[in-house]
Amino acid sequence: MTEGYDLIVAGAGPAGANAAIAAVEQGLSVALIDEADAAGGQVYRRPRVAREARGAGAEAGWRGHDGAAGEELRLRLARSGVVFHASRRIASVSGRFRVDVVGPRGHDALEAPYLIAATGAYERVIPFPGWTTPGVTGLAAATILIESEGMLPGRRVAVVGLGPLLAAVAARIVESGGEVAVVADLASRSDWVKAAWRLTAERPMLIDGWAWLKVIRRARIPVLHRTGVRRVEGERSVRRLVVGPVGADGAPVPGPHAAFDVDAVVVGHGLVPSGDIPRLLGADLRHDPAGGGWCTLVDGEGRTTLRGLYAVGDGARIAGARLAPLTGRLAGLAVAREIGMISAERFATLAGDTQAEIARLRPVAAAMARLMILKPGLVDGITGGTIVCRCEDIPRSEIDKAIDEGALSLNALKHFTRCGMGPCQGRMCGESVAELLARRSGRSRESLGIWTPRPPLRPIAIDELIGTFSYADIPIPPPSAL
Amino acid sequence: MRAYDLAVIGGGVHGASAALFAARAGLKVVLIERGALCREASGVNAGTLTIQVTRLALLPHAIGGHQMWATARDWLGHDVGVVVTDGLQLAFSKAEAALLEERTARRREAGAPLRLVTAKEARAIEPGLSESVLLASHSATDGFAAPYLAGRAFRRALIETGVAVFEGVYAEGIDRQGAAYAIRLSELSGERVIAATRLVLAGGAWIEEMLGWLGLAVPIAVKINQVAVTERLRPVMRSQIGIASGLLSLRQYPNGTVVIGGGWQGRGDRQKGAHEIEPANLIGNVRLACHAIPALRSGRIVRSWAGIEGKTADELPIIGRLPGHENAWAVGGLHSGFTCGPYVGRELARLITGAESNMPLFPPDRLVARAVR
Repeated sequence: MTEGYDLIVAGAGPAGANAAIAAVEQGLSVALIDEADAAGGQVYRRPRVAREARGAGAEAGWRGHDGAAGEELRLRLARSGVVFHASRRIASVSGRFRVDVVGPRGHDALEAPYLIAATGAYERVIPFPGWTTPGVTGLAAATILIESEGMLPGRRVAVVGLGPLLAAVAARIVESGGEVAVVADLASRSDWVKAAWRLTAERPMLIDGWAWLKVIRRARIPVLHRTGVRRVEGERSVRRLVVGPVGADGAPVPGPHAAFDVDAVVVGHGLVPSGDIPRLLGADLRHDPAGGGWCTLVDGEGRTTLRGLYAVGDGARIAGARLAPLTGRLAGLAVAREIGMISAERFATLAGDTQAEIARLRPVAAAMARLMILKPGLVDGITGGTIVCRCEDIPRSEIDKAIDEGALSLNALKHFTRCGMGPCQGRMCGESVAELLARRSGRSRESLGIWTPRPPLRPIAIDELIGTFSYADIPIPPPSAL
Repeated sequence: MRAYDLAVIGGGVHGASAALFAARAGLKVVLIERGALCREASGVNAGTLTIQVTRLALLPHAIGGHQMWATARDWLGHDVGVVVTDGLQLAFSKAEAALLEERTARRREAGAPLRLVTAKEARAIEPGLSESVLLASHSATDGFAAPYLAGRAFRRALIETGVAVFEGVYAEGIDRQGAAYAIRLSELSGERVIAATRLVLAGGAWIEEMLGWLGLAVPIAVKINQVAVTERLRPVMRSQIGIASGLLSLRQYPNGTVVIGGGWQGRGDRQKGAHEIEPANLIGNVRLACHAIPALRSGRIVRSWAGIEGKTADELPIIGRLPGHENAWAVGGLHSGFTCGPYVGRELARLITGAESNMPLFPPDRLVARAVR
């Protein structure tokens, strides 16, 4: 079935949901799509396991206000008049604009002259020996495990990598009754001091940060700075983590190693914008490490270089959960003005406070994002035998060999080795492969380009895509000449 | 100015094969490709190796090409994932059965080793087939390749053979210089012009632009053929499957992925490339695939893409000498060009080097609308 709207919003996290609500409040007909069964995205994800079912303290602590914000967002959305297509994946985005969605209820085509991409971020993990051992989990994935499933990643956990999530996840594990053996941070203490100074502009963030550190200190968890993973040991599951010193760029440097007996390692190396829709449609991009990598080029209101297409939130560039609802709301209002539903004066009135708040928070968001910039030397720690593309089982040695043979673009490397061809569509290995190619060929990330984007955005179930049909109804074109 | 015995412009399977065999015959060869080798139709097609869907006039090329792919390890020396297996063209309706009977009879007359089989026989050959098959034609030696591997394989072979391979270099035009050709290039360390005494234009869908360099106007239409691939599945089929009308091609690779093609149309053109999947046609294509192999229903589509195929006014290819040129040849506009490619390239190399060839030619003279200048 084809449904027509004024606006389609892809992604019901804080950016997308607020964009949809802002637009519908100005009288637009709005469809909102998300693959989850409820709005909230990653940061305001609705818990799957009821809070009462969990141990004491589940409601207390630093996540309290995030949980409430999620409930409030879902309530506002439910009352707003936005048509919410939950539990649906995007099979394709074509034309200007047709969005084909697929889910347990089958396939539908949505059409609208305006499209806001609010597809969030995904986690970057640069491989190390043993990273595919069961028990190694992403930092963001561990957050989902704890918050949504009420489950700890392990009994005795090491938390490693970089960025604010390190402290957040370590504290959450402790609060939920788990043990954290070590926090190994690639950043130095002074990196944090510099960021903290910026965060004074946004007290709630600073308060969160202090609360996490207090928990970590009280539990006497060793926090090692300028420290990275050397390897994870264990055959069928994680047994032990070995860490060692790293330089400012994350590359291993000589120095004493330390070992920790753990049954889980939680690791993250920052966030990457999930800019699938602008890429698929051919909007202009820019590679900006401070924004998480390939960012979608947008103006102050979220407009991309393609008419009718907007990109907001972390999906456009990494800026965090505080800015996301604001950039989302602003884009929703901008579409209402562009479509002629509100005047320029009305837009200025409605958007003024939002724009001022965005301007105030930009430096804070930039400081947070800087803490998650990819450390390019990290890929030096990938040994030849370490799997880089885990969908296709491609070790670093095969990637190096293909580069030496002349695969000097990301696409060539894909065809030479199959890296990035599996079900994750390159999300897991893309950053590592690009960085390996850039370092080995001496070329910039810009010049290497991106993997040609292809629909579907995520793997889609054939059964849901094709539904029931009779053979006679398949529009088979006439045979060509013999 | 660097000088060569032969310049091949266009690094798809046709151009790369012609360059390879000409170099092996002793010519000093340069191959010029604006992108990377075998990354247009030669690298993104569905990988079908069949003698059951070509135009009748191209049957010798398809049979010859199929034999070469089957022995690629011997003459190419590198893996392109070729699997030789049974091929079935299916009929699900009475009209399709009639079409299949007629076309199989005519292909047999032309020398194709095909036979009609009952639905029961077809299911013995391919246990994954649905119950709704009425009739099938069978080839014991169809099969498939992994086209994405073609670029790396040809690149290795060409470099080992001593061909000068220019990738990422555009030819911008060609000037006749007496009996030779001066080729203007977009970028090249040092000289911007190279000379060659012989020329092969292997432009595929882009042959129209190339012929224009030499003043020949041959209009080429484009088809934008869509392809989709599943995640790795348990074994659901073992053969190469098509349907009588020709709008399906389906096979499962040894790694478990199933590639679904057949020529359902996407959107694009020669300037922008095959840039957009037509969702309704993706659904139609996948429905047809599941109608043939029902177990596919439990899988997931991971990726879809499209490639560009050229089509001449009479839907027969260009394979032959250019009018008014003793030493310039062109190839392009083939349907089932991937299957035919190595054979056509090898035979072109033979003709260029003065050897005998039995390959039927399709000279472009018949298609020249007018001289451009």
